[in-house]
Amino acid sequence: MGKKFMVPAASTIMSALEYSGFQLKRGVGCREGFCGACATVYRLKDDFKIRTGLACQTVVQEGMLIAQIPFVPAVKPVYDISKLEPTITIFKQLYPETFRCLGCNTCSKACPQDIRVMDYINAVERGDLAKAAELSYDCIRCGMCALRCPAEIGQFNVAILAQRLYGSCLAPKSKEMIERVEQIRKGQFNEEMAAIKATDKAALKKMYYERDIEPGESV
Amino acid sequence: MKGISNPENQYSEDLFMYPSYMHESLKLVEQTRPARLKIAREKGRSKIFPSMTAEEREDVLHKFHPDYKKDAKRAVRIGPNAGEEITTEVADILESWPRINPDTFEPMLKKPDMETDVLVVGGGSAGASAALLAEQTGARVLLVTKLRLGDSNSVMAQGGIQAAVNPQDSPVRHYLDVMGGGHFDNKPELVEALAMDAPLVVEWLTELGVMFDRLPDGKLKTRHGGGTSRTRMLSCKDYTGSGILRVLRDEIECRNERIRVMDFTPAVELLMDAEGRVAGAIVQNFETDEYFIVRAKAVVMATGGLGRLHTQGFPTTNHYGATCDGVVLGYRAGAKMLYMDSVQYHPTGAVYPEQILGFLVTEKVRGLGGQPVNKEGNLFVFPLEPRDVEASAFIRECLERNNGIATPSGQQGIWLDSPIIEELEKPGTIERELPAMVRQFKRFGIDITKEPMLVYPTLHFQNGGLDVNAQCETNIPGLYAAGEVQGGTHGRNRLMGNSQLEITVFGRRAGKFAAEYALALKKELPLNLDHVRAFSKEVQKLGIDRSRVSPILLPDYIPSHIKEKQMTSHYLGTVRG
Repeated sequence: MGKKFMVPAASTIMSALEYSGFQLKRGVGCREGFCGACATVYRLKDDFKIRTGLACQTVVQEGMLIAQIPFVPAVKPVYDISKLEPTITIFKQLYPETFRCLGCNTCSKACPQDIRVMDYINAVERGDLAKAAELSYDCIRCGMCALRCPAEIGQFNVAILAQRLYGSCLAPKSKEMIERVEQIRKGQFNEEMAAIKATDKAALKKMYYERDIEPGESV
Repeated sequence: MKGISNPENQYSEDLFMYPSYMHESLKLVEQTRPARLKIAREKGRSKIFPSMTAEEREDVLHKFHPDYKKDAKRAVRIGPNAGEEITTEVADILESWPRINPDTFEPMLKKPDMETDVLVVGGGSAGASAALLAEQTGARVLLVTKLRLGDSNSVMAQGGIQAAVNPQDSPVRHYLDVMGGGHFDNKPELVEALAMDAPLVVEWLTELGVMFDRLPDGKLKTRHGGGTSRTRMLSCKDYTGSGILRVLRDEIECRNERIRVMDFTPAVELLMDAEGRVAGAIVQNFETDEYFIVRAKAVVMATGGLGRLHTQGFPTTNHYGATCDGVVLGYRAGAKMLYMDSVQYHPTGAVYPEQILGFLVTEKVRGLGGQPVNKEGNLFVFPLEPRDVEASAFIRECLERNNGIATPSGQQGIWLDSPIIEELEKPGTIERELPAMVRQFKRFGIDITKEPMLVYPTLHFQNGGLDVNAQCETNIPGLYAAGEVQGGTHGRNRLMGNSQLEITVFGRRAGKFAAEYALALKKELPLNLDHVRAFSKEVQKLGIDRSRVSPILLPDYIPSHIKEKQMTSHYLGTVRG
């Protein structure tokens, strides 16, 4: 932050900031690398490269210069997902800047999740939404790609649209789930549920410890 | 490793490999692996170690679960649950002064700054689901959240969400598993709602665009989790919570005409009317310290859990904002709590390296076949016991049997043998199924496809909360609660995959029922803060120091040597203003 702080070696950037007396409101979230709130730009001592990382996941180094990014502005159109066609046309309408990609790959280099950002943007340009959704899935919306992009694309919002279109329209449907939902709506389990709800604790306990366990893979 | 190590980022690999004194024990893990692997292959994974009987479970829980430790609980002295034993740290923040002085705010109540039908407090998946369903039901919605929309424990969930979608499964079986996991103390109507709504929620989320893991024919991938009798765990890789919440958030942003969102705006007190109904809240702009009066016909409390209270000094898996605010606000307004004596310690929190102390190592690691082993490399517990039992067995192995592995900072740990997964399944499984875990440890120089992780129980989940019915109503009209802040669904022990389910099932219910209530409400009465005044009197009677203030809003991580120098700073409780 352009100011010197002495902090314990092996601190993360986030714990170093707190150790230095900052009570964080912005630039802090889950603290485990899942929420993207703590995007940080840094340079290492005697190194010209601009690096990016999550403050909760990056260990400090001596002479490191850091700046935390409080928020990344990006275009966010409003749409009704159920009315969109899962094709390239919708991206041309909602996110025309996607097609300005220069192919420089700075976005991928900036990604603290090591996502191949440019590759998913290119997949969108080809209309391959399944690929775009898959490649972008680990995105935590820290916004570093968008900040570094010379074509001014808001990649993380493009990603979520691709994912939602894939998930809602393109992914094959589960017959089993559709059937189960129908059964529940028809009230097929109501009687059995009422019976088990009325079972006393001792009997329920017996049922539980005697129940059979399906063989099968665990999570 | 493909796709994982970005040469642009420096991970200081040499710094964090396991220290040499652990190498002997690490070798033992490798030596015992072939034999353990053989048993898993020949007998099947559910037979690698005998499950505990009901009596054995009771015994290990009573002797080793942190909830049973002396001083873990005390009787709360004021409010609707007065006299009841609850978690000590929770009792402390309930018996605290409010952040605001009712007399100062009273004149502002006549001119509310904002009016809405439904006010949702909290921006995780419960709050987001509630906002969407309230809007769909026809209500105007205001969602306020302490940090950003999406900042929550919800977003951190890795392993999965349960739903009985397979033909060999049923919501009734799901019900039985949940009751057993919760030791039969669960509130039946909540468990019924949880199990019956589960497939409906999955359908809803799919329509909104959540990408659940599937087989090529579209069948949803299902696996076991701790305590499931049928494979019922759906997932979105190991970003399940993020995969759900990112879609809910995007949908809220797409309905911004009817759902207004205010980030960095915690609620600091509820407002009531002359008929004893909850009728809004005082919210604070967290950055400018302005306070606003929000009049709402109904309030949905969706503030999440309590990990950042660090009960009994445990590290936590929880989000920075998990400070139990919703229970505090609700309790002050007269809402009853249920099972606030019970906290979930997740068996597998990281203990090494120090930087990731307490971080969640998903249950999916054990689900995929990963095994907890002691310093000798021996398996000592069935890997997928209910969480409280598993955690207690880890603590017993370290503290009673002295079979743990000590870290340089003096913590104890158990090896979680992840490399065995690559042999049980096939090479590449870990990277495919656990990308978040691989990335997490790789950042600190540990390759979990080749080396085990060092783990110990970590504070994970608030089992109890505000007492609600299946419509998410508390005993106070106008006040609804959904998600981790509600109590009763899980008894005193939650199973994996039922929190992602709880937040969406009850978030939706709270949104719908709160909106219906709000839209039917005829007359609006003047607002008051009498409940805060009355509660403060009780606090005063107890002689509580004025510095003890709640809701605490943020944990306090500023070191004392800094505080001593902050000569003109003013801290209201933990928050510097």
